Amino acid sequence: MADKKLMKGNEALAEGALRAGCRFFAGYPITPQNEVPEYMSWRLPQVGGAFVQAESEVSAINMIYGAAATGVRCMTSSSSPGISLKQEGISYCAGADLPLLIGNVMRGGPGLGNIAGAQGDYWQATRGGGHGDYRVFVMAPNGVNEMANFPNKCFEVAYKYRIPSMILADGIIGQMMEPVEFNTPEVDTKSLKEPDWALGISKGRGKRIVKSYDLREGYLEKMVLARVERYKQIEQNEVLYEERQLEDADIAIVAYGTSARVASAAIKIAREKGVRAGLFRPITLWPFPKVRLAELSKRVKKFVAVEMSLGQLVEDVQLSINGKAEVYLHAKPGASVITAEEVAKTLEKIAKKEAKEYAAVK
Amino acid sequence: MYQGIRISGFGGQGVISAGVLLAQAGMMEGREVSFFPAYGAEMRGGTANCSVVVASDEVSTPIVSDPDTAIVLNEPSLAKFEPMVKPGGLLIVNSSLINTKAKRTDIKVLYVPCNEVAGELGNAKVMNMVALGAFAATTGAMSVDAIAGALPKVYKKLKPEVIDLNIKALRRGAQFKAG
Repeated sequence: MADKKLMKGNEALAEGALRAGCRFFAGYPITPQNEVPEYMSWRLPQVGGAFVQAESEVSAINMIYGAAATGVRCMTSSSSPGISLKQEGISYCAGADLPLLIGNVMRGGPGLGNIAGAQGDYWQATRGGGHGDYRVFVMAPNGVNEMANFPNKCFEVAYKYRIPSMILADGIIGQMMEPVEFNTPEVDTKSLKEPDWALGISKGRGKRIVKSYDLREGYLEKMVLARVERYKQIEQNEVLYEERQLEDADIAIVAYGTSARVASAAIKIAREKGVRAGLFRPITLWPFPKVRLAELSKRVKKFVAVEMSLGQLVEDVQLSINGKAEVYLHAKPGASVITAEEVAKTLEKIAKKEAKEYAAVK
Repeated sequence: MYQGIRISGFGGQGVISAGVLLAQAGMMEGREVSFFPAYGAEMRGGTANCSVVVASDEVSTPIVSDPDTAIVLNEPSLAKFEPMVKPGGLLIVNSSLINTKAKRTDIKVLYVPCNEVAGELGNAKVMNMVALGAFAATTGAMSVDAIAGALPKVYKKLKPEVIDLNIKALRRGAQFKAG
């Protein structure tokens, strides 16, 4: 108990990144993630790091492209419209195999949308909003404690496989306060080995180049295929998910982040009414836990994606299950709040086979 | 045990501070807690509000749409939050600034002259603590001591005499316990 601290989601994300060794942050203000740069602006100088409020989101992502190329753990963060602006840069970072952390505290969209929490950037985060064949390692925290603890995993994976990483949260998780416990020791940045690709003072070693292009014939293909090999390893080794009450479940909710919290409460209500429901929560959105979902579909015959977006997550559920079970969708777009009661009603209807309107394929 | 709380009032009345304090106190009492501020286009002098959950089980959503307790510190907040209180719930009304009476008969309504009481104690700023004292005493969701103990954790820069004044306001508020 004594170690627990009441923190705001955005501040926990910033402190978590800092404790994970982040020493450079560049960003531009946007609600509801403003506490991330605000926190970094006073906290980074305390640990010998640097903070830059960039003139735009585009500058910020390119500043961390530069910082990451020197092997420094670095981060930028924004919210939906700002993350759209960063997409070109994210594609370049992926093309240059740069490890870094991007925070997206999602708000309502499309366009300027509104500033409430939403999950409409699922496709953008998991499919790549920028151009080219690339992936980003994406983690979805379900609360403030995971905001605090996921940056460590993101940097670990980012450096191991040389891939940009992202924490995909939403305005509710960013703005709320909850108890936090940091479950890993603070990274001592002096103990981190300089990566063998990092730019800096060469001191007689051979030259190093960080770039996202190769114009020689056939070389780009090689570069991309080598990267895809690493993607395969990530899909093998780095999938994370949580299961609750699935042992006897007839219906499984698939949900992440804030939706997964609401889903847990809905399951409790539904079980009191005799509906055996459980929760499958993807923690990594890419790599998506498709193998485990496929396994589950041998036993659980009904799945319902619950999301604060208009049917984005449900597509990954369908791809994983591949027709082996019924797939339903409970969607609430435009940053409106999903309640446990309405999800519980959906579960009851599906259990009673009265839920045609929720079928993912109509 | 579950207690969903909504606190609302003018910006500057300590609505957000009171919410954070309740969450901290609940956490120190070993409860699961969450705090969520309304973070729309808030402005100085406008109405601010926040949600707090204190529970024995994990908190699903931090946004409290049907509060067990609503604490309303100004007139517009009464109109907005009175209809949302759960049947059988509690509505604490700052009668110093709110002349209107609550209409609901299926909830407990407690009128507390927060500003007057704070004024008597010598500092109008502690009016939010008067409301929290009444809340703790009436609901028993947490103790006045827990809220008092949370004060120096949340407000590390407050001078001891200011902390003491806040605690006095909490205890004075607790005397407005509703039956």
